Amino acid sequence: MRIVIAKPGLDGHDRGAKVVARALRDGGHEVIYTGLRRTPEQIVRTVLDEDADLLGLSSLSGAHAFLFPRVCQLLIEADCQEVTVFGGGIIPMDERSELFDVGMRAIFGPGTKMEEMTDFVSEVENRIHSGDPVGVGEGGDWVWQNGA
Amino acid sequence: MEIGFGKTERDRLNEELLQKAMAGNRRALAKLLSAVEEGDVNAETLGLKNHLDDGTIIGVTGAPGVGKSCLIEKLLSHWSNQGLKVGVIAVDPSSPLSGGALLGDRIRMESADSNPNVFVRSFATRNQPGGLPVAVGLASNLMRNSGYDIVLIETVGAGQAEIRIVSFADRVVLIESPSRGDLIQAEKAGMMELADLIIVNKSDLEGAERAASEIQTALEISGKPPPVLLASAKNGEGIEEFASKLKSLPVKSGAEMARARERLLAAWDSALLSRDDISDIINGLIKEDSNAEDWVKENLRWSNG
Repeated sequence: MRIVIAKPGLDGHDRGAKVVARALRDGGHEVIYTGLRRTPEQIVRTVLDEDADLLGLSSLSGAHAFLFPRVCQLLIEADCQEVTVFGGGIIPMDERSELFDVGMRAIFGPGTKMEEMTDFVSEVENRIHSGDPVGVGEGGDWVWQNGA
Repeated sequence: MEIGFGKTERDRLNEELLQKAMAGNRRALAKLLSAVEEGDVNAETLGLKNHLDDGTIIGVTGAPGVGKSCLIEKLLSHWSNQGLKVGVIAVDPSSPLSGGALLGDRIRMESADSNPNVFVRSFATRNQPGGLPVAVGLASNLMRNSGYDIVLIETVGAGQAEIRIVSFADRVVLIESPSRGDLIQAEKAGMMELADLIIVNKSDLEGAERAASEIQTALEISGKPPPVLLASAKNGEGIEEFASKLKSLPVKSGAEMARARERLLAAWDSALLSRDDISDIINGLIKEDSNAEDWVKENLRWSNG
Protein backbone atom coordinates (compact mmCIF):
# COMPACT_ATOMS: atom_id res chain seq x y z
CA MET A 1 0.00 0.00 0.00
CA ARG A 2 1.09 3.61 -0.53
CA ILE A 3 0.81 5.58 2.69
CA VAL A 4 1.41 9.30 3.31
CA ILE A 5 2.44 10.21 6.85
CA ALA A 6 1.92 13.91 7.52
CA LYS A 7 2.36 16.44 10.28
CA PRO A 8 -0.21 19.22 9.94
CA GLY A 9 0.13 22.56 11.65
CA LEU A 10 2.67 24.14 13.98
CA ASP A 11 3.89 21.04 15.74
CA GLY A 12 7.55 20.08 15.92
CA HIS A 13 7.17 16.65 17.53
CA ASP A 14 8.01 14.28 14.72
CA ARG A 15 9.51 11.31 16.56
CA GLY A 16 6.21 9.42 16.59
CA ALA A 17 5.50 10.09 12.91
CA LYS A 18 8.97 8.90 11.92
CA VAL A 19 8.74 5.73 14.03
CA VAL A 20 5.35 4.93 12.49
CA ALA A 21 6.72 5.60 8.99
CA ARG A 22 9.57 3.16 9.61
CA ALA A 23 7.30 0.50 11.11
CA LEU A 24 4.99 0.67 8.10
CA ARG A 25 7.97 0.45 5.75
CA ASP A 26 9.16 -2.65 7.62
CA GLY A 27 5.63 -4.00 7.17
CA GLY A 28 6.25 -3.90 3.41
CA HIS A 29 4.51 -0.62 2.56
CA GLU A 30 5.69 2.36 0.55
CA VAL A 31 5.63 5.33 2.90
CA ILE A 32 5.89 8.97 1.89
CA TYR A 33 6.76 11.32 4.73
CA THR A 34 5.84 14.98 4.22
CA GLY A 35 8.07 16.58 6.83
CA LEU A 36 7.02 19.06 9.51
CA ARG A 37 4.51 21.91 9.59
CA ARG A 38 2.39 21.24 6.52
CA THR A 39 -0.89 22.97 5.83
CA PRO A 40 -3.98 20.82 5.16
CA GLU A 41 -3.82 22.02 1.52
CA GLN A 42 -0.21 20.83 1.14
CA ILE A 43 -1.04 17.45 2.67
CA VAL A 44 -3.97 16.89 0.32
CA ARG A 45 -1.80 17.87 -2.66
CA THR A 46 0.76 15.23 -1.61
CA VAL A 47 -1.92 12.54 -1.23
CA LEU A 48 -3.30 13.50 -4.64
CA ASP A 49 0.00 13.53 -6.58
CA GLU A 50 1.34 10.41 -4.89
CA ASP A 51 -1.96 8.54 -5.36
CA ALA A 52 -1.82 7.30 -1.77
CA ASP A 53 -4.19 4.64 -0.40
CA LEU A 54 -3.90 5.83 3.18
CA LEU A 55 -3.09 9.05 5.00
CA GLY A 56 -1.78 9.09 8.57
CA LEU A 57 -2.00 12.42 10.43
CA SER A 58 0.11 13.06 13.51
CA SER A 59 -0.56 15.83 15.99
CA LEU A 60 0.70 16.45 19.50
CA SER A 61 -0.05 20.16 19.64
CA GLY A 62 -3.75 20.03 20.50
CA ALA A 63 -4.84 21.43 17.13
CA HIS A 64 -6.19 18.10 15.84
CA ALA A 65 -9.81 19.12 16.39
CA PHE A 66 -9.41 21.80 13.73
CA LEU A 67 -6.73 20.37 11.44
CA PHE A 68 -7.86 16.74 11.04
CA PRO A 69 -11.45 17.54 9.96
CA ARG A 70 -10.09 20.24 7.60
CA VAL A 71 -7.84 17.68 5.88
CA CYS A 72 -10.76 15.22 5.59
CA GLN A 73 -13.01 17.88 4.09
CA LEU A 74 -10.37 18.95 1.55
CA LEU A 75 -9.72 15.32 0.56
CA ILE A 76 -13.39 14.83 -0.25
CA GLU A 77 -13.46 18.11 -2.20
CA ALA A 78 -10.41 16.87 -4.16
CA ASP A 79 -12.31 13.72 -5.18
CA CYS A 80 -10.21 11.48 -2.89
CA GLN A 81 -13.15 9.85 -1.06
CA GLU A 82 -11.55 6.42 -1.17
CA VAL A 83 -8.41 7.43 0.76
CA THR A 84 -8.38 5.98 4.29
CA VAL A 85 -7.43 8.51 6.98
CA PHE A 86 -6.07 7.63 10.42
CA GLY A 87 -4.56 9.71 13.18
CA GLY A 88 -2.11 9.51 16.00
CA GLY A 89 -0.54 11.56 18.76
CA ILE A 90 -2.17 13.10 21.80
CA ILE A 91 -5.89 12.85 21.02
CA PRO A 92 -8.13 12.71 24.13
CA MET A 93 -10.66 9.86 24.17
CA ASP A 94 -13.66 12.19 24.38
CA GLU A 95 -12.56 14.03 21.22
CA ARG A 96 -12.25 10.95 19.03
CA SER A 97 -15.88 10.42 18.04
CA GLU A 98 -15.94 13.80 16.30
CA LEU A 99 -12.97 12.73 14.21
CA PHE A 100 -14.66 9.43 13.32
CA ASP A 101 -17.73 11.45 12.31
CA VAL A 102 -15.73 13.34 9.64
CA GLY A 103 -14.49 10.08 8.11
CA MET A 104 -11.36 9.08 10.02
CA ARG A 105 -11.12 5.33 10.60
CA ALA A 106 -8.60 4.94 13.44
CA ILE A 107 -6.85 6.92 16.17
CA PHE A 108 -3.68 5.55 17.74
CA GLY A 109 -2.38 6.95 21.01
CA PRO A 110 0.83 6.51 23.01
CA GLY A 111 1.60 2.88 23.82
CA THR A 112 0.22 1.53 20.54
CA LYS A 113 2.12 -1.55 19.39
CA MET A 114 3.63 -1.36 15.92
CA GLU A 115 1.94 -4.64 14.98
CA GLU A 116 -1.39 -2.98 15.64
CA MET A 117 -0.61 -0.33 13.01
CA THR A 118 0.32 -2.91 10.41
CA ASP A 119 -2.74 -5.01 11.34
CA PHE A 120 -4.87 -1.93 10.77
CA VAL A 121 -3.35 -1.38 7.31
CA SER A 122 -3.95 -5.06 6.44
CA GLU A 123 -7.56 -4.74 7.53
CA VAL A 124 -7.95 -1.63 5.35
CA GLU A 125 -6.48 -3.59 2.43
CA ASN A 126 -8.97 -6.42 3.04
CA ARG A 127 -11.88 -4.01 3.15
CA ILE A 128 -10.78 -2.35 -0.11
CA HIS A 129 -10.59 -5.75 -1.82
CA SER A 130 -13.99 -6.84 -0.58
CA GLY A 131 -15.56 -3.48 -1.48
CA ASP A 132 -16.47 -2.47 2.10
CA PRO A 133 -16.47 1.26 2.87
CA VAL A 134 -13.18 2.38 4.42
CA GLY A 135 -12.32 5.68 2.69
CA VAL A 136 -12.76 9.13 4.22
CA GLY A 137 -15.81 9.88 2.10
CA GLU A 138 -17.28 6.41 1.74
CA GLY A 139 -19.57 6.49 4.79
CA GLY A 140 -20.50 3.46 6.86
CA ASP A 141 -19.65 3.28 10.54
CA TRP A 142 -16.60 1.02 10.50
CA VAL A 143 -13.73 2.20 12.71
CA TRP A 144 -10.70 0.33 14.03
CA GLN A 145 -11.19 -1.01 17.57
CA ASN A 146 -8.00 -0.21 19.45
CA GLY A 147 -6.28 -3.09 21.17
CA ALA A 148 -4.42 -0.93 23.71
CA MET B 1 -11.63 -8.67 -20.94
CA GLU B 2 -11.32 -8.03 -24.67
CA ILE B 3 -13.65 -5.45 -26.21
CA GLY B 4 -13.01 -5.30 -29.96
CA PHE B 5 -9.98 -3.86 -31.76
CA GLY B 6 -7.67 -5.72 -29.39
CA LYS B 7 -8.17 -3.15 -26.66
CA THR B 8 -8.93 -4.28 -23.14
CA GLU B 9 -11.13 -2.51 -20.62
CA ARG B 10 -7.94 -1.45 -18.87
CA ASP B 11 -6.66 0.17 -22.10
CA ARG B 12 -9.88 2.16 -22.40
CA LEU B 13 -9.70 3.30 -18.79
CA ASN B 14 -6.08 4.37 -19.34
CA GLU B 15 -7.04 6.32 -22.47
CA GLU B 16 -9.72 8.12 -20.51
CA LEU B 17 -7.22 8.96 -17.75
CA LEU B 18 -4.71 10.19 -20.35
CA GLN B 19 -7.27 12.54 -21.88
CA LYS B 20 -7.97 14.02 -18.44
CA ALA B 21 -4.26 14.18 -17.56
CA MET B 22 -3.53 16.02 -20.80
CA ALA B 23 -6.25 18.52 -19.85
CA GLY B 24 -4.37 19.23 -16.62
CA ASN B 25 -6.15 16.89 -14.17
CA ARG B 26 -3.55 15.97 -11.49
CA ARG B 27 -5.61 13.11 -10.08
CA ALA B 28 -5.85 11.44 -13.50
CA LEU B 29 -2.10 11.76 -14.03
CA ALA B 30 -1.45 10.35 -10.55
CA LYS B 31 -3.74 7.37 -11.22
CA LEU B 32 -2.11 6.73 -14.57
CA LEU B 33 1.36 6.83 -13.01
CA SER B 34 0.21 4.20 -10.50
CA ALA B 35 -1.02 2.03 -13.36
CA VAL B 36 2.37 2.42 -15.07
CA GLU B 37 4.11 1.40 -11.85
CA GLU B 38 1.93 -1.69 -11.58
CA GLY B 39 2.66 -2.62 -15.20
CA ASP B 40 -0.98 -2.02 -16.21
CA VAL B 41 -0.29 0.38 -19.07
CA ASN B 42 0.27 -0.75 -22.63
CA ALA B 43 2.37 2.06 -24.09
CA GLU B 44 1.63 1.03 -27.67
CA THR B 45 -2.16 1.13 -27.46
CA LEU B 46 -2.05 4.35 -25.43
CA GLY B 47 -0.39 6.16 -28.35
CA LEU B 48 1.96 8.47 -26.48
CA LYS B 49 4.22 10.88 -28.33
CA ASN B 50 7.81 9.84 -27.71
CA HIS B 51 9.92 12.49 -26.02
CA LEU B 52 12.86 10.31 -25.18
CA ASP B 53 15.34 12.01 -27.47
CA ASP B 54 14.33 15.66 -27.38
CA GLY B 55 16.54 16.63 -24.47
CA THR B 56 13.74 17.28 -21.99
CA ILE B 57 14.04 14.19 -19.80
CA ILE B 58 16.97 14.74 -17.49
CA GLY B 59 18.49 12.29 -15.04
CA VAL B 60 19.91 13.65 -11.79
CA THR B 61 22.10 11.22 -9.94
CA GLY B 62 24.76 11.19 -7.27
CA ALA B 63 25.66 9.68 -3.92
CA PRO B 64 23.36 10.08 -0.90
CA GLY B 65 23.76 13.44 0.82
CA VAL B 66 25.36 15.40 -2.02
CA GLY B 67 22.23 17.55 -2.33
CA LYS B 68 20.29 16.21 -5.33
CA SER B 69 16.83 17.02 -3.95
CA CYS B 70 17.86 20.50 -2.76
CA LEU B 71 19.39 21.37 -6.14
CA ILE B 72 16.28 20.06 -7.90
CA GLU B 73 14.16 22.37 -5.73
CA LYS B 74 16.27 25.31 -6.96
CA LEU B 75 15.77 24.22 -10.58
CA LEU B 76 12.02 23.85 -9.98
CA SER B 77 11.63 27.43 -8.78
CA HIS B 78 13.95 28.72 -11.51
CA TRP B 79 12.02 27.06 -14.34
CA SER B 80 8.63 27.66 -12.78
CA ASN B 81 9.42 31.40 -12.64
CA GLN B 82 10.06 31.21 -16.38
CA GLY B 83 6.56 29.78 -16.84
CA LEU B 84 7.70 26.21 -17.44
CA LYS B 85 5.95 23.17 -15.98
CA VAL B 86 8.27 20.58 -14.49
CA GLY B 87 7.67 16.97 -13.49
CA VAL B 88 9.91 15.10 -11.07
CA ILE B 89 10.22 11.36 -10.56
CA ALA B 90 12.04 10.81 -7.29
CA VAL B 91 13.35 7.27 -6.92
CA ASP B 92 14.28 5.82 -3.53
CA PRO B 93 15.31 2.26 -2.68
CA SER B 94 12.94 -0.47 -1.52
CA SER B 95 14.00 -2.65 1.38
CA PRO B 96 15.30 -5.95 0.00
CA LEU B 97 13.83 -7.70 3.06
CA SER B 98 10.33 -6.29 3.58
CA GLY B 99 9.78 -4.81 0.13
CA GLY B 100 8.69 -1.59 1.83
CA ALA B 101 10.20 1.84 1.23
CA LEU B 102 10.52 5.20 2.92
CA LEU B 103 10.19 7.89 0.28
CA GLY B 104 11.39 11.23 1.59
CA ASP B 105 12.72 13.27 -1.33
CA ARG B 106 9.66 15.54 -1.31
CA ILE B 107 10.61 16.95 2.08
CA ARG B 108 13.46 18.88 0.50
CA MET B 109 11.40 20.14 -2.41
CA GLU B 110 9.24 22.96 -1.12
CA SER B 111 7.57 23.37 -4.53
CA ALA B 112 6.38 19.76 -4.42
CA ASP B 113 3.22 20.41 -2.44
CA SER B 114 2.43 24.01 -3.32
CA ASN B 115 3.65 25.09 -6.77
CA PRO B 116 0.96 24.43 -9.43
CA ASN B 117 3.63 24.18 -12.17
CA VAL B 118 5.31 21.25 -10.43
CA PHE B 119 4.36 17.57 -10.18
CA VAL B 120 6.52 15.38 -7.95
CA ARG B 121 5.98 11.64 -7.82
CA SER B 122 7.95 9.23 -5.61
CA PHE B 123 8.89 5.81 -6.97
CA ALA B 124 10.32 2.91 -4.99
CA THR B 125 12.95 0.82 -6.80
CA ARG B 126 11.03 -2.37 -5.96
CA ASN B 127 14.38 -4.11 -6.14
CA GLN B 128 14.78 -3.95 -9.86
CA PRO B 129 18.20 -4.26 -11.47
CA GLY B 130 20.28 -1.17 -12.17
CA GLY B 131 18.76 0.78 -9.30
CA LEU B 132 15.79 1.95 -11.35
CA PRO B 133 12.31 0.53 -11.89
CA VAL B 134 11.63 -0.10 -15.58
CA ALA B 135 8.38 1.89 -15.26
CA VAL B 136 10.37 5.12 -14.91
CA GLY B 137 10.88 5.41 -18.68
CA LEU B 138 7.16 5.26 -19.46
CA ALA B 139 6.28 7.40 -16.43
CA SER B 140 8.56 10.25 -17.50
CA ASN B 141 7.24 10.14 -21.06
CA LEU B 142 3.72 10.23 -19.65
CA MET B 143 4.53 13.41 -17.71
CA ARG B 144 5.90 14.98 -20.91
CA ASN B 145 2.68 14.05 -22.72
CA SER B 146 0.62 15.59 -19.90
CA GLY B 147 1.97 19.08 -20.39
CA TYR B 148 5.15 19.03 -18.31
CA ASP B 149 7.89 20.73 -20.34
CA ILE B 150 10.79 19.15 -18.48
CA VAL B 151 10.98 15.94 -16.48
CA LEU B 152 13.71 15.33 -13.91
CA ILE B 153 14.43 11.78 -12.75
CA GLU B 154 16.20 11.74 -9.40
CA THR B 155 17.89 8.45 -8.65
CA VAL B 156 19.77 6.75 -5.90
CA GLY B 157 23.10 6.72 -7.62
CA ALA B 158 26.09 5.33 -5.86
CA GLY B 159 27.66 6.69 -9.03
CA GLN B 160 29.26 3.48 -10.13
CA ALA B 161 27.03 0.45 -10.52
CA GLU B 162 23.72 2.20 -11.00
CA ILE B 163 23.95 3.52 -14.53
CA ARG B 164 20.52 2.40 -15.77
CA ILE B 165 19.46 6.05 -15.70
CA VAL B 166 21.17 6.61 -19.07
CA SER B 167 18.54 4.43 -20.72
CA PHE B 168 15.63 6.59 -19.51
CA ALA B 169 17.09 10.09 -19.58
CA ASP B 170 18.57 11.78 -22.61
CA ARG B 171 20.85 13.93 -20.47
CA VAL B 172 22.38 12.90 -17.21
CA VAL B 173 23.69 15.22 -14.51
CA LEU B 174 25.98 13.86 -11.84
CA ILE B 175 25.96 15.76 -8.54
CA GLU B 176 29.09 15.72 -6.43
CA SER B 177 30.09 17.59 -3.30
CA PRO B 178 33.40 18.63 -1.74
CA SER B 179 35.28 16.49 0.77
CA ARG B 180 33.58 13.28 -0.24
CA GLY B 181 36.23 10.63 -0.26
CA ASP B 182 39.38 11.07 -2.33
CA LEU B 183 40.21 11.45 -5.95
CA ILE B 184 40.08 7.71 -6.51
CA GLN B 185 36.28 7.99 -6.39
CA ALA B 186 36.41 9.98 -9.60
CA GLU B 187 38.79 7.56 -11.25
CA LYS B 188 36.55 4.58 -10.69
CA ALA B 189 34.69 3.78 -13.86
CA GLY B 190 30.94 4.26 -13.97
CA MET B 191 28.54 7.16 -13.80
CA MET B 192 31.25 9.77 -13.90
CA GLU B 193 32.22 8.74 -17.42
CA LEU B 194 28.62 8.70 -18.65
CA ALA B 195 27.50 12.03 -17.18
CA ASP B 196 26.79 14.86 -19.62
CA LEU B 197 27.31 17.45 -16.90
CA ILE B 198 28.88 17.34 -13.46
CA ILE B 199 27.76 19.75 -10.74
CA VAL B 200 29.82 20.19 -7.60
CA ASN B 201 27.21 21.28 -5.07
CA LYS B 202 27.88 23.07 -1.76
CA SER B 203 30.12 25.65 -3.46
CA ASP B 204 29.68 27.70 -0.30
CA LEU B 205 31.89 25.18 1.50
CA GLU B 206 35.64 25.23 1.59
CA GLY B 207 37.31 22.86 -0.85
CA ALA B 208 34.54 22.97 -3.47
CA GLU B 209 36.72 24.56 -6.15
CA ARG B 210 39.50 22.12 -5.51
CA ALA B 211 37.06 19.18 -5.76
CA ALA B 212 35.80 20.51 -9.10
CA SER B 213 39.28 20.87 -10.55
CA GLU B 214 40.31 17.44 -9.27
CA ILE B 215 37.33 15.87 -11.01
CA GLN B 216 38.10 17.76 -14.20
CA THR B 217 41.74 16.68 -14.15
CA ALA B 218 40.81 13.06 -13.53
CA LEU B 219 38.40 13.01 -16.46
CA GLU B 220 40.70 14.89 -18.85
CA ILE B 221 43.12 11.99 -18.75
CA SER B 222 40.57 9.72 -20.42
CA GLY B 223 39.48 12.02 -23.24
CA LYS B 224 36.69 14.59 -23.53
CA PRO B 225 35.44 15.51 -20.08
CA PRO B 226 31.89 16.79 -19.52
CA PRO B 227 31.57 20.35 -18.20
CA VAL B 228 32.12 20.62 -14.44
CA LEU B 229 30.27 23.47 -12.73
CA LEU B 230 30.03 24.74 -9.17
CA ALA B 231 26.67 25.45 -7.55
CA SER B 232 25.14 25.91 -4.14
CA ALA B 233 21.61 24.81 -3.29
CA LYS B 234 22.04 26.73 -0.03
CA ASN B 235 22.64 30.23 -1.40
CA GLY B 236 21.47 29.78 -4.99
CA GLU B 237 24.91 30.39 -6.48
CA GLY B 238 25.42 28.87 -9.93
CA ILE B 239 21.81 27.72 -10.34
CA GLU B 240 21.12 29.93 -13.38
CA GLU B 241 24.26 28.72 -15.08
CA PHE B 242 23.35 25.12 -14.22
CA ALA B 243 19.87 25.51 -15.75
CA SER B 244 21.11 27.20 -18.93
CA LYS B 245 23.93 24.68 -19.34
CA LEU B 246 21.35 21.89 -19.23
CA LYS B 247 19.51 23.49 -22.12
CA SER B 248 22.59 23.98 -24.27
CA LEU B 249 24.04 20.47 -23.82
CA PRO B 250 23.98 18.47 -27.02
CA VAL B 251 21.56 15.56 -26.81
CA LYS B 252 23.37 12.25 -26.70
CA SER B 253 26.78 13.77 -26.18
CA GLY B 254 28.78 10.60 -26.48
CA ALA B 255 28.25 7.43 -24.52
CA GLU B 256 25.90 6.17 -27.25
CA MET B 257 27.14 2.64 -26.82
CA ALA B 258 26.46 2.63 -23.10
CA ARG B 259 23.04 4.17 -23.65
CA ALA B 260 22.08 1.62 -26.27
CA ARG B 261 23.37 -1.18 -24.09
CA GLU B 262 21.41 0.00 -21.06
CA ARG B 263 18.27 0.42 -23.15
CA LEU B 264 18.61 -3.11 -24.42
CA LEU B 265 19.15 -4.44 -20.90
CA ALA B 266 16.21 -2.41 -19.59
CA ALA B 267 13.97 -3.84 -22.30
CA TRP B 268 15.20 -7.34 -21.49
CA ASP B 269 14.61 -6.84 -17.74
CA SER B 270 11.20 -5.45 -18.46
CA ALA B 271 10.24 -8.40 -20.63
CA LEU B 272 11.47 -10.84 -17.99
CA LEU B 273 10.00 -9.08 -14.98
CA SER B 274 6.59 -8.51 -16.53
CA ARG B 275 6.01 -12.23 -17.14
CA ASP B 276 2.97 -13.46 -15.23
CA ASP B 277 4.83 -16.56 -14.08
CA ILE B 278 7.98 -14.80 -12.87
CA SER B 279 7.35 -15.54 -9.17
CA ASP B 280 6.64 -19.20 -9.98
CA ILE B 281 9.97 -19.41 -11.78
CA ILE B 282 11.82 -17.75 -8.89
CA ASN B 283 10.14 -20.00 -6.32
CA GLY B 284 10.96 -23.00 -8.50
CA LEU B 285 14.62 -21.98 -8.59
CA ILE B 286 14.71 -21.68 -4.79
CA LYS B 287 13.34 -25.23 -4.49
CA GLU B 288 15.72 -26.43 -7.19
CA ASP B 289 12.72 -27.50 -9.23
CA SER B 290 13.96 -29.00 -12.49
CA ASN B 291 11.14 -27.42 -14.52
CA ALA B 292 12.24 -23.94 -13.48
CA GLU B 293 15.88 -24.77 -14.15
CA ASP B 294 14.96 -26.11 -17.58
CA TRP B 295 13.02 -22.93 -18.29
CA VAL B 296 16.06 -20.81 -17.54
CA LYS B 297 18.29 -23.01 -19.71
CA GLU B 298 15.76 -22.94 -22.53
CA ASN B 299 15.09 -19.20 -22.46
CA LEU B 300 18.51 -17.83 -21.59
CA ARG B 301 20.44 -20.33 -23.71
CA TRP B 302 21.41 -17.86 -26.39
CA SER B 303 22.90 -15.48 -23.86
CA ASN B 304 25.75 -17.91 -23.27
CA GLY B 305 26.43 -18.21 -26.96
